[in-house]
Amino acid sequence: MKALGSSFSFYAGFVVGTFTLYVFLRQVWFERSEQAEGYVKLGVQQQQLDEDQGIWKKERSALFNLDHPHHTGEDSRMADELYNKVRILCWVMTGPTNLETKARHVKYTWSRHCNIVVFMSSVDDPDFPTVGLGTKEGRDQLYWKTIRAFHYAYEHYANEADWFLKADDDTYVIVDNLRWILANHTPDEPIYFGRRFKPYTKQGYMSGGAGYVLSREALRRFVEGFKNKVCTHTSSVEDLAMGQCMEKVGVLAGDSRDTAQRETFHPFVPEQHLTAKFPKSFWYWSYCYYPISEGPNCCSDVSVSFHYVDATGMYLLEYYAYHLRAFGYRYRYQPPTPKAYRAELPNPWDSAERLKERASGVKESGAGDDSAQEAGPAPVAAKDPAEAPV
Amino acid sequence: MLSEGGSFMKGMVMGGLFCLVLSLLGSFSPVTESRTDDNHHHHHHVKAASKDELQQLSDSRLQELNNQLQVYCVVMVQPKSLVYWATALDTWTKHCDKAEFYTSEASKALEAIDLNEKDDWARLRKALKHAYENAGDIRWFFVAQPNTFAIIENLKYLVLTKDPEQPFYLGKSVKSGELEYVELNSGIVLSYEALKRLVNVFQDEDKCPERGRQLWKLSDDKQLAVCLKFTGVFAENGEDVHGKGLFNSKTVDSLISESMKQNPSNVVEGCCSDLAVTFSGLSANQMQVMMFGVYRLRPYGHDFHDLLTFFPPKGSDND
Repeated sequence: MKALGSSFSFYAGFVVGTFTLYVFLRQVWFERSEQAEGYVKLGVQQQQLDEDQGIWKKERSALFNLDHPHHTGEDSRMADELYNKVRILCWVMTGPTNLETKARHVKYTWSRHCNIVVFMSSVDDPDFPTVGLGTKEGRDQLYWKTIRAFHYAYEHYANEADWFLKADDDTYVIVDNLRWILANHTPDEPIYFGRRFKPYTKQGYMSGGAGYVLSREALRRFVEGFKNKVCTHTSSVEDLAMGQCMEKVGVLAGDSRDTAQRETFHPFVPEQHLTAKFPKSFWYWSYCYYPISEGPNCCSDVSVSFHYVDATGMYLLEYYAYHLRAFGYRYRYQPPTPKAYRAELPNPWDSAERLKERASGVKESGAGDDSAQEAGPAPVAAKDPAEAPV
Repeated sequence: MLSEGGSFMKGMVMGGLFCLVLSLLGSFSPVTESRTDDNHHHHHHVKAASKDELQQLSDSRLQELNNQLQVYCVVMVQPKSLVYWATALDTWTKHCDKAEFYTSEASKALEAIDLNEKDDWARLRKALKHAYENAGDIRWFFVAQPNTFAIIENLKYLVLTKDPEQPFYLGKSVKSGELEYVELNSGIVLSYEALKRLVNVFQDEDKCPERGRQLWKLSDDKQLAVCLKFTGVFAENGEDVHGKGLFNSKTVDSLISESMKQNPSNVVEGCCSDLAVTFSGLSANQMQVMMFGVYRLRPYGHDFHDLLTFFPPKGSDND
């Protein structure tokens, strides 16, 4: 009996000992890893703050981009030139409940390519930062917000930007391509650009969701128009009301298509424009000012905007536009250099290349099809284009 | 009573020591470690050439390399995935120097080389043998399924300075036990030499049986690795100059979503390489979007003066 009791005690003790130490070790490890996690979280937040400081300057509820993002290994001389000469203030229509779910992703993607960005909300938020327009939220407030936002932009930034873009917090904008379009115009022209719709107006109006951009003169006339009561809050249909005001104050509805007549501002996501077959009864068919193309011709290589883009879509479009590329690929469509910038940048590649060509007798084989406006540099001429399979 | 107490104490001490020893050995740990993908450390890597390396090359050498940079795409299709087949035909395969579709059975809708073979591995063998026999001057082979999207120009960039007379077997390499193999769904790159050795070992029924090992069925990509291993060819992970994998077995959307959770302040750079070669699992529509995103959409004024130029294929409207 005693011996049994003793063995039993031993085993019981063994089990208790194992269990105790297990729990003890787990606690210690757990605490350490929690602490580590805490430090990591702090670290990430700090990193965010540091990075933010390097990216933009927060001033008067706007973000002044210190410079637009650059890529290692790229030649961005033309983009830099246009960044300095075609200054764009982007204002983004958002609201307090959308800041972390939508506006944030705009802030970390495309709005970094604007010169100035202002997030317009119904409520002031000095941290994000957003401007409070003193309206309520909701679809019926859209034109009020737009009127006040443009007035705000004019009052605070009229001399610091040449063009004023309105976008939603689910619009993705390729600002560099917007500069290409605008570079052929001056901010003193009374003109505005966007995806042109035709009904209800003589000269058409621009789709709100696809974003639209006013010249400084157009903005001045807009503000004047409200002062003189030529323009008023006629309806809550923001884009149409905007278009009607523009018409009244003599601002021209511009043609934003590229030189191959392809649209640049888009009211839907790329997938829909490229692949969807809209039914003929769909409003889109009767609204578009210019003939609609389905399939690849829907969209310019230098597209400016897409709408109904969700959070993942923002980063995806940033990846497609600014990051992912095919090495060495010579694009079929070569957008012509804006007139005022043609003499500016002598391409150092051209002259060096011509020397090489003459020396080695290497010929550049069949260039691309469409509007090849300029001979692109081709340091080593590739063989004939890949043949179609089968 | 005392002896029982003593036994109990002895037991406790022994138990505690036992627990400590085990946790130190690591075969049982008191905390669940995050299972990181430690495959990374055991991989063979093949990296793309850096811009500096490329600039060292003379123009004539570049021209030479460019001439041998032709890719034969071996696309394994089946009539049941007709939509992907048609999409591959209309998108990325147009950028292959030669693209052949190998099917398990004939389809009335689309043309392909009918291997009349239901077994995956047997079919892959037949396709690779056919490709080898019809290679002509082509020295690089890319094996894929139609729902993988491949950017052939970036594949060429990866193998630009590699000699196809050497054995190369590249892609997203994964370890399964002792076997390191390249996943088929993110695309397999084979140099001419690797393919030559493979076709030769096909004749050895012991090392590389035609119907695969019946006892335990390995997937076709693992069978490939086993056969190649016998010829001295080993799987290598294809990476860019920064060590980022170029072959992705997931869709670009899911990789972006993952990056949003893991790198919320640096989503795009933390996601995928600028010169990625493959993404897998995309829908037909997403492939058309990728075509647009890769070959057309770009920001005006940003140029890359790459040392090679690849021209768009003839008779195509979506690139």
